[in-house]
Amino acid sequence: MGRYLIRRVLQFVPVFLGATFLIFSLVFLIPGDPIRALSGDRPMPASVQQALEARYNLDKPFWQQYYLYVAGVVQGDFGEDFRGREVTDIMRERIPVTFKLAIYAFTFEVAIGIAAGIMAGLRKGGFIDNLVRISTLIVISIPIFVLGFMAQLLIGVRWGWLPVSGLGDGFKSYILPAIVLGSTSLAYIARLTRTSLAENMRADYVRTATAKGLKRSRVVGVHALRNSMIPVITFLGVDLGGLMGGAIITEGIFNLPGLGNAVFRAVVQQEGTVVVGIVTFLVLIFLLSNLVVDVLYAVLDPRIRYE
Amino acid sequence: MATEAKESTKSSIEELEFNPHAPLLEVDDLHVEFRTRAGVVKANDGVTYSLGEGETMAIVGESGSGKTVSAQAVMGIIDSPPGYITKGAARFRGVDLLALPEDERRAFRGEKMAMIFQDALSALNPLFRVGWQIAEMYRQHRGTSKTEARKKAIELLDRVRIPAAKERVDSYPHEFSGGMRQRAMIAMALALDPEVLIADEPTTALDVTVQAQIMKLLADLQAETGMGMILITHDLAVVAEVTDRAAVMYAGRIVEQGTTKQIFRASYHPYTLGLMNSIASPEQKGTKLIPIPGSPPDLLHLPSGCPFHPRCVYAQDICSVDRPPLRDLGDNRKSACHFAEEVGTGAK
Ligand SMILES: Nc1ncnc2c1ncn2[C@@H]1O[C@H](COP(=O)(O)OP(=O)(O)O)[C@@H](O)[C@H]1O
Ligand code: SF4
Ligand SMILES: [Mg+2]
Repeated sequence: MGRYLIRRVLQFVPVFLGATFLIFSLVFLIPGDPIRALSGDRPMPASVQQALEARYNLDKPFWQQYYLYVAGVVQGDFGEDFRGREVTDIMRERIPVTFKLAIYAFTFEVAIGIAAGIMAGLRKGGFIDNLVRISTLIVISIPIFVLGFMAQLLIGVRWGWLPVSGLGDGFKSYILPAIVLGSTSLAYIARLTRTSLAENMRADYVRTATAKGLKRSRVVGVHALRNSMIPVITFLGVDLGGLMGGAIITEGIFNLPGLGNAVFRAVVQQEGTVVVGIVTFLVLIFLLSNLVVDVLYAVLDPRIRYE
Repeated sequence: MATEAKESTKSSIEELEFNPHAPLLEVDDLHVEFRTRAGVVKANDGVTYSLGEGETMAIVGESGSGKTVSAQAVMGIIDSPPGYITKGAARFRGVDLLALPEDERRAFRGEKMAMIFQDALSALNPLFRVGWQIAEMYRQHRGTSKTEARKKAIELLDRVRIPAAKERVDSYPHEFSGGMRQRAMIAMALALDPEVLIADEPTTALDVTVQAQIMKLLADLQAETGMGMILITHDLAVVAEVTDRAAVMYAGRIVEQGTTKQIFRASYHPYTLGLMNSIASPEQKGTKLIPIPGSPPDLLHLPSGCPFHPRCVYAQDICSVDRPPLRDLGDNRKSACHFAEEVGTGAK
């Protein structure tokens, strides 16, 4: 296992380089001149422009810019934005908001998704099963921003149950965004759990468990469920990363000052370093959560042994 | 609290009024049907047999004839839906299991009756250690402590002749060989000293040499414990070797019944004769096998009359019209053939 972990972490290096390079080139290719855009409509003195370009390495060729950037990141320096703020400072300020949002959304989708999936899977074709199948299909087919605006409008504005914007109300401010962010994954988790459990309930070893004279709660909860969770865990690994991406949209709708919000603004303002910095960080989170899931996978299923 | 609950389920079956003089297990006119999209399949259509203490009974028949279903019905582990027991009884010492509430029914499993399956690899839970799965019997039924249950699991593994049981107890099923997995299944089934053991094709998935070892183990354990054993198989050689009595099934019905000796000496049913001709016994090596012509019937579209008639060399006109009942031929033999006597005495 130790060796496996080291190898997996080493694999981060090429993925990290590839991802940063891709994002870096995309930002580089965005048309327009970010420095000139800084001063708005007023013309900027040529000397100032030159000084700024030199400071942000914009006067150098692409390859050199990229090299300087990566060299900085390796030393923990993610550069600074055009106002002179360290990108790491921006991230430090924004990360807790996004993490909280993601963790709440994750908890919500896992708890409700698995519970709904179990109820549906145990009685395939029953009322709850049909309810789960139809409602999850609806949730999956509605784009997240439509869902977000609808929730905001109805629950927040029309009925006034929950805050709709900003972080003024602490935990309460996160509830609606977290539900919106988690809803699509919840639907997938419910469906996966349902299918997987229904399939495992027909498996021979579940019949053995019944033949052993075990209580039904134990047959389902211990024998069938643990096997059923394997595909769900796989999905969760991909999903953790997806949540971070979904946060960009959700934070925009609910005006939460998180990483997603920062990326969104940075793209508009062509703050290349901020975009590349935050996205790189998100890529790392994605890789890490995948690694955690792979390890969890081996813990759950003894047939998988990583060399 | 959990322990109390476990003990109470056990005592709940001890309170049932067993009749010590009634047969150990008596299956009476059992009907099981599967309601599928394609139609209703009568997988068991009036199955009747009884099993005595210390007796080994074979249930023989081609694949799809309803052997497994009849065992599952007795154990109460039929997939439902789509499977339903629509009629009949399964009496254990006079107590009808099919009429019991599920809670008492459950307590029977493992405690009084146990079953082992054809494919031990899929029948064991891949995610739990073998020893844990055996210990679970004691933990859940008897509330035994973890260390004690583990000790008993090791003893059982030893008893089913798994070498180095102490080390193997913590292995996972996939780390076992096929034979060892089936031994572990047997250990699990025997954990609580059941009075009836149903072995559903326990050796079909194994190598020939291992098959013989497992059969010997089962026969030895049966002799040791005095339990009644139902051996489901399609291997007539095994039937001849280890069973006292045999029931031959065809299309969800028992078509011939008797002691193993009687049946092998002279079968009174053409289907049984066909089965015997289609296998090679050691003495007959080299002689030509004659497989039964045609294929097993489609249970959704059973032939009229005697369901065997399209494949039967003895068939007469009456066979496609009248369904022959399972008739008593005296001397504890039964056959469901219009011409049982002629078939039995070889007067074709
Ligand atoms: N779970 C099930 N769903 C639908 N039909 C089934 C099921 N189990 C058994 N059957 C039906 O019952 C028939 C008998 O099956 P089975 O008892 O397994 O045969 P055997 O053990 O003699 O090979 C099968 O041919 C099938 O039509
Ligand atoms: S009843 Fe007729 S068809 Fe059926 S087994 Fe006897 S002879 Fe053959
Ligand atoms: Mg079978």
